[in-house]
Amino acid sequence: MNRLLSFRRLAAMLTKEVIQMRRDRVTFAMMLGIPLLQLVLFGFAINSDPKGLPAALVAPTQDRYTRAIVSALELTGYYRFTHPAASAAEAEQLITRGDVSFVVTVPSDFGRRVERGDRPEILIEADATDPSVASGAISTLGTVAADALLRERGTEPEAAAAAAAQLQVTVHKRYNPEGITQYNIVPGLLGVILQMTMVMMTSMALTREIERGTMENLLSMPATPVEIMLGKVLPYLGVGAVQVVVVLVAAKLIFGVPFVGALPLLLAGVFVFVAALVILGYLISTAARTQMQAMQLTFFFFLPSLLLSGFMFPYRGMPGWAQVLGEVFPLTHFLRLIRAVMLKGADYAGIAQPMAALVLFVVAFATLALLRFRRTLD
Amino acid sequence: MTAEPAIAVRGLVKSFHGRRAVDDVSLTVAKGEIAGFLGPNGSGKTTTIRMMCGLLTPDAGEGRVLGHDILTEGRAIKREVGYMTQRFSFYEDLTIEENLAFVAGLYALRPARRHVADTLAGLGLTSRRHQLAGALSGGWKQRLALAAAIMHEPKLLMLDEPTAGVDPKARRDFWDEIHRLAAGGLTVLVSTHYMDEAERCHRINYISYGRLVAQGTVAEVVRNAGLTTFVLEGAATARAAALLKGAPGVEQVAPFGTTLHVVGRDAAALRASATKVAEVTGCRMRTTDTSLEDVFIQLMGSAEDTRA
Repeated sequence: MNRLLSFRRLAAMLTKEVIQMRRDRVTFAMMLGIPLLQLVLFGFAINSDPKGLPAALVAPTQDRYTRAIVSALELTGYYRFTHPAASAAEAEQLITRGDVSFVVTVPSDFGRRVERGDRPEILIEADATDPSVASGAISTLGTVAADALLRERGTEPEAAAAAAAQLQVTVHKRYNPEGITQYNIVPGLLGVILQMTMVMMTSMALTREIERGTMENLLSMPATPVEIMLGKVLPYLGVGAVQVVVVLVAAKLIFGVPFVGALPLLLAGVFVFVAALVILGYLISTAARTQMQAMQLTFFFFLPSLLLSGFMFPYRGMPGWAQVLGEVFPLTHFLRLIRAVMLKGADYAGIAQPMAALVLFVVAFATLALLRFRRTLD
Repeated sequence: MTAEPAIAVRGLVKSFHGRRAVDDVSLTVAKGEIAGFLGPNGSGKTTTIRMMCGLLTPDAGEGRVLGHDILTEGRAIKREVGYMTQRFSFYEDLTIEENLAFVAGLYALRPARRHVADTLAGLGLTSRRHQLAGALSGGWKQRLALAAAIMHEPKLLMLDEPTAGVDPKARRDFWDEIHRLAAGGLTVLVSTHYMDEAERCHRINYISYGRLVAQGTVAEVVRNAGLTTFVLEGAATARAAALLKGAPGVEQVAPFGTTLHVVGRDAAALRASATKVAEVTGCRMRTTDTSLEDVFIQLMGSAEDTRA
């Protein structure tokens, strides 16, 4: 009777919470519907290999070599020259405003250098604020341009080979030096979806009791803070498990995301991550006074974690202070973990660090929540 | 130990945002007693009850409830006290049976199923047990809340305005049940602002503006107030009321249908004023027993005076 955790009482708490969760149909539908909706929406909207991106061409002398390279670039499908005859200053403005994603500069002495066999150069500037925009286009660049030159120079094999070898393509990924790999989005989405739904749902856990006036009754009965917390939080682990299955299956079937790592390792990581999230939500609900506040606090937490975790932008591309801030979010560590496992096939040693960080979050959030929990109505 | 009162608290103080909601309240309730806790809205009744069952921490004061220290043994108190909140505070999205099962689980009653079934049968709700609690009428919610509060067989029952918004028949049944429980040895502290309910209590404690201003049996409280009451009866009571307001010795003038109650502490001055007005307006005048309500209105007025 006196123990801090009685399984009978916990069972009573759990039963009550599961019934209430099931009876709130809108919320329940949201929990199952949102992940799928978001996945499909973001999964398709966020295209990691976009084509037909607008480009500007800065080429003072439009000779045949230049034309050959430009048409070859267009043929790759990545480039669409919307401004085929821009000055350097115009091009600079275009890319700053975001009107074009690329500026291709062919120097005026390009043709002369090709014919002399004297290291011809072209410069490609890519707007890499969204790094995924640039990666596909740039990766095809060198060979395409060289092949084009090769064809244009004609049949002399020696000279052609020399020219191709000597063609120097300089790529400037502007605004953000690090690109992210192709399949980053979908595994990352699992983390984002889980974070969104888990934190939001549990952040209402206590405020709902307070707003409905049932908190007074609950507190007047002999349930301990640990029992109340676990009773509130554990049902959502189950919901999280369903979401994980939905997203992973969809990732495989709809998006064909490769999965090279060990599934148990991934599930272990997801489990700890979800535990951290639901307890974080519960922690929020100990601080919020109304459900509206809980919602606001959730979003207050949600947006920076989305931006700073490495989901939206490459983590390493952020300034030092932002990287430090990013460490505060469980999502950051989860992204490292899931990308390492799913895409790079990491073993346990490879994910030990993010795993430890996530466990630390669970312990820290739970401790804080229990300290913050008001046993009284004060 | 048998002589130890069920509730013995001294000097309870609680402030919210600088306003003293409860100011130096001391209360003793003997075992098996039905103690009435009276006072107008916002007088501090709920706050005092919450402090006694461990839901609020007093700013000052001390005491024991069922022998447990209210400051340090809140958990022990919660196990032995049944508390019925002012507002229905069970889960409206759970059925009657699920609510009871939840309570049975939290108190670790065993066998829980049996306790729930017995309580449902006692309520006469067995056939409606799958109904959502939110769909119950006010009277049924109150009965459900009471049944849930006594399911774990508490030694002390605290009821915070249990009959607010309940019809007279249901109120009568409710009080019959309270007396039945008290006869079985349960101590009951019940807050109310209905005078007829106060008269059903063994002893009453009157709180006004956070201060305890009267204690005792109903007869004692009425006697200690030292009030005299006259009744004026006739066709011109409205005119009589206007004339009596502010007359020497007259402290309360209250119309009751075709009669007028005139109340005051100074019996001689009151009689003089009332007699004069009765003659002028042609009303008949007689003395009557002072009612508890007259006393409480008097107490409210004087408590306000001392605070201002």
